[in-house]
Amino acid sequence: MAGLMSRFTTLFKVKANTMLDKAEDPGQTLDYSYQQQLEMLQKVKRGVADVVTAKKRLQLQTAKLEESIVKLDGQARQALAGNREDLARTALERKALIQGQLQGLDTQITALEQQQQNLIDQERRLSAKVESFRTQKEVVKAQYSAAEAQVRIGEATTGLGEEMSDVGIALQRAQDKTEQMQARAAAVNELVDTGAIDDLTAAPGSDLDAQIAALTAGSQVDAEMEKLRAEVGSGAPAPELGQGAESTESAEEAK
Amino acid sequence: MTVVRILGSGQFRLDDSEVGHLNELDNAVASAVAAGDGEAFKRSFGELITHVRTSGTAVADGELVTSDHVLPAADTTLDEAREAFAGDGAIPG
Repeated sequence: MAGLMSRFTTLFKVKANTMLDKAEDPGQTLDYSYQQQLEMLQKVKRGVADVVTAKKRLQLQTAKLEESIVKLDGQARQALAGNREDLARTALERKALIQGQLQGLDTQITALEQQQQNLIDQERRLSAKVESFRTQKEVVKAQYSAAEAQVRIGEATTGLGEEMSDVGIALQRAQDKTEQMQARAAAVNELVDTGAIDDLTAAPGSDLDAQIAALTAGSQVDAEMEKLRAEVGSGAPAPELGQGAESTESAEEAK
Repeated sequence: MTVVRILGSGQFRLDDSEVGHLNELDNAVASAVAAGDGEAFKRSFGELITHVRTSGTAVADGELVTSDHVLPAADTTLDEAREAFAGDGAIPG
């Protein structure tokens, strides 16, 4: 079996050779190639921007999940304070589920950051090579006939063709990966929407929220009752005279 | 001197004396792909990439040279490497 390297080199060279299309008129070839190079540089810049956008989207999703973790944590505390261990457990289970999703997102964000850096490096290299090709092109065009210039700049052309293919492949891979990640992020959203994972950020709707709210409301009522009892017991607030007299009288009458 | 390109990482110049070892490492990668052994592929391909990077010197950004050998990107998976053997799958577009 041939090595991976020789196999890959052959495949790559075929692609690199077709990268710089030949113009009909050999005199135009060099300028035409330069035009293609500038277009490729624009594509890399757009590629970097696309990766940054995808990364921001994942960061927003992360922030949303982090918010719901804080919320679930609070709910678990409230539930436990209200002696509802079952609710507290449910909240903690959901928290664990979301933490799992968060770890997946972190990995994806790191991968996108790496990809962004790689594309920036490639843009820098391609940019430097395009500039050096431009210089060489002007030099040979000034010294030789169009056909001769084409031959003289041969190595520079294949070298640049390689770089262009390399960048083209990197852009394609970046796009594929970004799409995969977006598909996964969309799948998480869909799970949340269909209730497989309850969307705990959708506050009033969720069951857990309602129960915790009821529990909280219950404990608030209890607290107020306690307060009222204490007040009534000590007789602190003086009743209005007239009413007070009446009620005392009627109480005495009842006896 | 031998020029090796790692897709996505640029080109590296290696002394011709390094090429023998390069081929050995490359054969190990090919065996791993043939066996469909993901762990072995990850290890051997990692060694190959590291060898090129550490024993070679990076070609300057503005230099235009043709590569003698081309390697797929450092984060290539076993499946992608398999496609390179099967057809031109690993070279999209």
